[in-house]
Amino acid sequence: MKKNGFKAWLYLLPAIIFLGAFMFYPLIDVFVYSFEEGYNSASQTSFGIGTYNFSYVLHDPYFMQALKNTFLLVIITVPLSTGFALLISLGLNSIKWLRNLFQTIYFLPYVTNTLAVGLVFMILFKKTAYSDGLVNAFIGIFGGGSVDFIDGPYWAKMFVLCLYTIWIVLPFKVLILTSALASVNEMYYKAARIDGTSKLRMFTRITLPMISPMIFYLVITGFIGAFKAYSDSVALFGTDLNAAGMNTIVGYIYDMLYGDSGGYPSYASAAAIILFVIVLTITVINLMISKKKVHY
Amino acid sequence: MKIRLENLTKKFPNRSKKGGPDVVAVDNFNFEIPDGKLIGLLGPSGCGKSTALNLISGLEIPTSGRIFFDDEDVTDVAAENRGIGLVFQNYALYPHLSVLKNITFPLENLKGNKKLSKERMVDKAYEAARLVQIEELMERKPSELSGGQQQRVAIARALVKRPRVLLLDEPLSNLDARLRLQTREEIRRIQRETGITTIFVTHDQEEAMSISDLIVVMKSGKIQQIDKPQTVYDDPKNLFVAKFLGTPAINVFVGAIKHGRIYIGDDPVMPVKGVENRAIYAGIRPEGFIPDEQGGLKCRLKGVEVMGRDTSILSTHYAQEGEIIRSIIDSEDAMQLSTVNEALDRKTNAVFDPIHEKDNKRGEIRFSVKPRKIFIFDRETEERIFFSTN
Repeated sequence: MKKNGFKAWLYLLPAIIFLGAFMFYPLIDVFVYSFEEGYNSASQTSFGIGTYNFSYVLHDPYFMQALKNTFLLVIITVPLSTGFALLISLGLNSIKWLRNLFQTIYFLPYVTNTLAVGLVFMILFKKTAYSDGLVNAFIGIFGGGSVDFIDGPYWAKMFVLCLYTIWIVLPFKVLILTSALASVNEMYYKAARIDGTSKLRMFTRITLPMISPMIFYLVITGFIGAFKAYSDSVALFGTDLNAAGMNTIVGYIYDMLYGDSGGYPSYASAAAIILFVIVLTITVINLMISKKKVHY
Repeated sequence: MKIRLENLTKKFPNRSKKGGPDVVAVDNFNFEIPDGKLIGLLGPSGCGKSTALNLISGLEIPTSGRIFFDDEDVTDVAAENRGIGLVFQNYALYPHLSVLKNITFPLENLKGNKKLSKERMVDKAYEAARLVQIEELMERKPSELSGGQQQRVAIARALVKRPRVLLLDEPLSNLDARLRLQTREEIRRIQRETGITTIFVTHDQEEAMSISDLIVVMKSGKIQQIDKPQTVYDDPKNLFVAKFLGTPAINVFVGAIKHGRIYIGDDPVMPVKGVENRAIYAGIRPEGFIPDEQGGLKCRLKGVEVMGRDTSILSTHYAQEGEIIRSIIDSEDAMQLSTVNEALDRKTNAVFDPIHEKDNKRGEIRFSVKPRKIFIFDRETEERIFFSTN
């Protein structure tokens, strides 16, 4: 037994070393940093332990802006993208003809390069010396005024960011939900048909409960993914997100570390811990709701 | 309620890559199911029996032909308006709903003046549950039930709307042997108590024999015979029916009618009247053999299996179809036979050495045949040839 125990640890060693060096140590380090006041990375010294970093971050208007942006992004994109994905999957599931073609088309954004997507959005929305972007041209047809989606009002920028995020996450959700729908056994619908169940009731009483584990999975990962949003914002609004007013929490953390005004690992760590607490809380709430609503 | 099928046909397009003719799953069905009976649709897998059931349920649309419930033509009536209850092979219980919710599900769909109050639905659900004896399981989820219990729930759900016809698709195939016996009695009882015309599909002839009032034997989409279980067994219309019913199966031989006698190989078995000389298949039920020193059928004894009340004698004959001839005789009679005793004394699997057998008479067993247990069929059409013995 003892020998086996030794062997077991030996086998686990490579994984433990890597996980320890690249996961557990940084995690603990972030936690430590966040409580070290006035940490100087050049001299590796600090004034002492306290909660000043948190207080600084929470009073930083840039952080509050990032917090607001992130929450808006989460609240808008997660339900919308999941809802759209469900609609599209239902559509895909009910057609036979060209189904594979449409499935491929819907999956394309998933394998498309982020920069290429960014470029497409530029063409759609960005004002240049030559054009106001395709969307503005479209609005113009209906007599609307030109809107600057990239450097203009906050709601316009938020709209573009949400649209971009939804578009990026949609294919994966469609993929998951299409296969979830396909895995619902046909006989349930037959049984329901015999009983004269309406299409709507079939959906709400059979389909939804049956695929609820998958929807729940998508909501949870959607929440976490949206809270970690950063690159989407960069792709649309460039690297100086604070100036654009479109920063996210992860963007704020990055800026605190490496940005032009960066070099504050303590503030970055504090912000990271705050993000962690938020995500943890939301996930726990999700799990609690799922106990009641999800049928495994 | 009576069910009448008129020229009912269902064709499916051929799905093989090369194309080809349509697959005829149900071929020109004409029969009437009397009111309040339990009918077994029996046939090997792929014979179209489930399709026939789906046509009656309305889940499938017939290619041609009509379906009548009493005198009402329901061919173009949607499944939900036919007033049927269907129990699926895998029960199709909604896994996320409790047993009670599963049973009330069909009731919740009722609209207009048929709409029921919550209390009324629960009452009705309990009524159906009482019938299948699952009242104490109402709060459970299907996953917490055994196969037999799940099936009772499925039957309760099918019965809760008081259907005019109850349809069961392979109701026993997912149960273990013991439960199967129990459940088939249960189905019989429920059918008797409710008096609902019930049709069930099965590939198990024993199942069909034991509980049906009428058996419909099918093969490749065609009806072979419709009769009472005992009649189908005692009076098969063709070789297929004879082979399909009965355990152990009927023993089939290649034979001929010559000069008013049935021959199996060169062995004269029995005189017959009213049949011309022709090539035949002869089928003899296992219980149709009588060990007889003077008997016409000369077989090689291969082994003896004692099963208490009966003894089964295994033998071979050069004109037989299939592996072995199995004859079942009363154990008391069997013990009188020297050959059988000799076989039992030899512990070597009770099988005779074939090389040894050639040059002596040891191991030969002769049978005469009970006239009502031998059927003869035309070699070409495999249709039954009727004969008289006197």
